[in-house]
Amino acid sequence: MADISVTEHHHSDHAPTHHVTPLWQYLLVFFALAVGTVLTVVASRFDLGMWNTPIALFIATVKATLVILFFMHVIHSTRLTWVVVIGSFLWLGVLFVLTFADYLTRSWSLY
Amino acid sequence: MSDTTLHAHADEHPPHHPFLQHHFEDLGQQHEASTLGMWMFLTTEILFFGGVLCAYWIYRVMYPAAWAEAASLQNWQMGAINTIVLIISSLTMALAVRASQLGQRMGTVVMLVLTLLFGGIFLGVKGYEYSVHFHEGLFPGAQTFTWHENPALAPQVQLFMAFYFTMTGLHAIHMVIGAGLLLWFIRRAWRGDFGPEYYAPVEIMGLYWHFVDIVWIFLFPFLYLIHSAGGHHG
Amino acid sequence: MSSLTLHDVRITGAEGSRNYINDEYGALSWLLTKDHKRIAILYLISITIMFLLGGSFAVIMRVELLTPEGDLLTSDTYNKMFTLHGIVMIFFFLIPVIPAILGNFILPIQLGAKDFAFPKINLLSWYLYIFAAAVGLYVIITGGVDTGWTFYTPFSTQYSNTHVIGVTFAGFIAGFSSILTGLNFIVTIHRMRAPGLTWYRLPLFVWALYATSVVMLLATPVLAITLVMLMFERFTGIGIFNPAIGGDPVLYQHMFWFYSHPAVYIMILPAMGVASEVVAAFTRKKIFGYRFVAFSSLGIAFLGFLVWAHHLFVAGISVYSALIFAFLSFFVAVPSAIKVFNWTATLYKASVSWATPMLYILGFIGLFTIGGVTGLFLAALGLDIHVHDTYFVVAHFHYVMVGGTVMAYLAGIHYWWPKITGRMYNEFWARLAALLVFVGFNLTFFPQFILGYLGMPRRYHAYAPEFQVLNVMSTAGASILAVGYALPLIYLGFSLRFGRKAGVNPWGAVGLEWTTSSPPPKHNFEETPVVTWDAYDYPAMMKAVGETQNV
Ligand SMILES: [Cu+2]
Repeated sequence: MADISVTEHHHSDHAPTHHVTPLWQYLLVFFALAVGTVLTVVASRFDLGMWNTPIALFIATVKATLVILFFMHVIHSTRLTWVVVIGSFLWLGVLFVLTFADYLTRSWSLY
Repeated sequence: MSDTTLHAHADEHPPHHPFLQHHFEDLGQQHEASTLGMWMFLTTEILFFGGVLCAYWIYRVMYPAAWAEAASLQNWQMGAINTIVLIISSLTMALAVRASQLGQRMGTVVMLVLTLLFGGIFLGVKGYEYSVHFHEGLFPGAQTFTWHENPALAPQVQLFMAFYFTMTGLHAIHMVIGAGLLLWFIRRAWRGDFGPEYYAPVEIMGLYWHFVDIVWIFLFPFLYLIHSAGGHHG
Repeated sequence: MSSLTLHDVRITGAEGSRNYINDEYGALSWLLTKDHKRIAILYLISITIMFLLGGSFAVIMRVELLTPEGDLLTSDTYNKMFTLHGIVMIFFFLIPVIPAILGNFILPIQLGAKDFAFPKINLLSWYLYIFAAAVGLYVIITGGVDTGWTFYTPFSTQYSNTHVIGVTFAGFIAGFSSILTGLNFIVTIHRMRAPGLTWYRLPLFVWALYATSVVMLLATPVLAITLVMLMFERFTGIGIFNPAIGGDPVLYQHMFWFYSHPAVYIMILPAMGVASEVVAAFTRKKIFGYRFVAFSSLGIAFLGFLVWAHHLFVAGISVYSALIFAFLSFFVAVPSAIKVFNWTATLYKASVSWATPMLYILGFIGLFTIGGVTGLFLAALGLDIHVHDTYFVVAHFHYVMVGGTVMAYLAGIHYWWPKITGRMYNEFWARLAALLVFVGFNLTFFPQFILGYLGMPRRYHAYAPEFQVLNVMSTAGASILAVGYALPLIYLGFSLRFGRKAGVNPWGAVGLEWTTSSPPPKHNFEETPVVTWDAYDYPAMMKAVGETQNV
């Protein structure tokens, strides 16, 4: 099998992303996650009326985003990885939105 | 074509890495494929846990009072401790990936052991909570559910507990699988399999572990910290 | 080396040399193989067995329905028959058949790859399939299940006294197998393409499998979690979809159909991919509107997720959401129609070769169109109330799944049979079988449209006497269909031993799979091909043929 050059040239684009995250960044993210946990608990101890649930959801979403971006290295990943991550949550959104479209409109009687 | 050509691919890459599988051109391609594969798997996990969350939210909107009542039956201190424990284990997991990237064999091993340790603490606390729930008669079922402090809400409290056990149970199963994988990875790291050239397995192990952490980040407020609309709190 | 070849691809692995079949011997070399081609053969055997099993339930039902009285089976047994027919055919035949057999064999070769990205996971997915099938068989032997393949609650969780947990567990495992297949396909298509093989040079079969895999990954986990909740409810006796404690059975239906409507596209998208390959090969033309066909696969995959509640129109969902779902359901017809129009445009003024795969695909296009259009009837709110749960529905989905998917699978297995086995089958018998399948299919299922429209409900072992004539026609058609399905088993099996050697490219088709030997060598290609041409480059091929003839 002679012609090796054919197989050699084309995979340079597959070089792994050897990005090493600095230590302080990991520690900072950890600190933010811990603060977020404390905030969630504190917020739940006060009656904020209709804002209770949105605030809890917001903090959880921020924490999850931090984990995804930094611990899971998405911030340094390929565009394809971004598409996969964002697409997954959007698809889950489809399940939620269209299911709730039924439940939230059941009481709107036509008659 | 003679037989000799059949295995010619082995000679095409002179510095042939021991962990390069034959059907990949190089370690870079292999690394990219395995992380993409893990992300695809996590996509299915997002929709798996997302499905039960959707059902949970439908009922939470239907029965806000029962949901708040049932959440107040949970020990939020335990939940908070476990959240912190899991976040620490996520940090050590991330540091294990970093150590393997930098070729620090002992660093990788130590960080993986710590991750396993905190994962174990989490499961221990969870097990304790479960035993309390059984004791209090909160496990769904004709014989097992004996909680009647608020008879008007009791049926839906039972519904909540069905979600509680389904969700935390599935999460715990994922933790146990993760712990099993960690044991194997500790062995491999000890053996010196990983290094700057080849750390993709540690990386995808990390992706899995962080995902399990994310699930808990949502489960904690959903199951332990629901504020009742009427202001009464346990 | 027989037949013509195109482009600068060196044909490797001469006749009689080592190939994937004779590279190793012994049962273990098959059961522990990581070669995608061997795994495809494992799937071929196991899925064929499940098809025969599912078909035998259908035969029993059709015999029962010869007479209006329920004389052959009790109603309980009949309930088990249609349940098991549905479960076996959907989860163990239709979902895996084209991806796991044809996709497994052909996809890496069409990509110019040595194998899938994860060969071990590929094998694991076959073992999961076998494990699920074994659990399913255990359930069948120990008494079956009677809930219908949809496992609707609260019947499945509270009232049925059959093996619901066992069979839903089997469905859960089979789902896992299909997830792993889809995952492997997507990563492989992204990461393992041969140099020069850009997205727009991919065969449309690859695009179709890509879209299928996306649906597999995004829909199947929701079925899995739904079945977990169902099992939890049945196990504890009190639970999540039970109205007694405030649960909502309609929520189960929502979550079940979030998977099961897109699952229709898991079954039909690969079939459309096969259709594109076969139409191009037997008209010697580029597929008309390549990019439209490619993107319509993704369009179907996406829109297919937005329509599920058209199965719930009479279940008590809100009128407003029903309107939305009906409206969105009509939209799915658009990308499907784009495909049909483009195949038709490709056929226009082409010199069509009437080989067996082409016969099946012509049947596929017609039958799928009927199945799709009657689907629009069902998506229309008012009409659905009239024909809901009648034989109209049964006829509709059999036109899509049997007229569509099974016809396309038969086309594909005939088209790639020479590549898979290295042998040609007998063309006469193959065409006869194709004819019998087409005639038998229509005779079986067209009367069911009429029966349903007249009001015959589905899932009963007895019916009003005025429906008998059409039911007898249907059973007669099913007998012809059974012969049509049995014939390929015989002549294809026969060809393994007595078939003429196929050569590299018996159809004179374009595509990487037709540039390697038949059967292919263990690693598909002796050297990685470099692709410099578009898919379906038949104009260049025809030119090349002209030049050779002039020499
Ligand atoms: Cu549908």
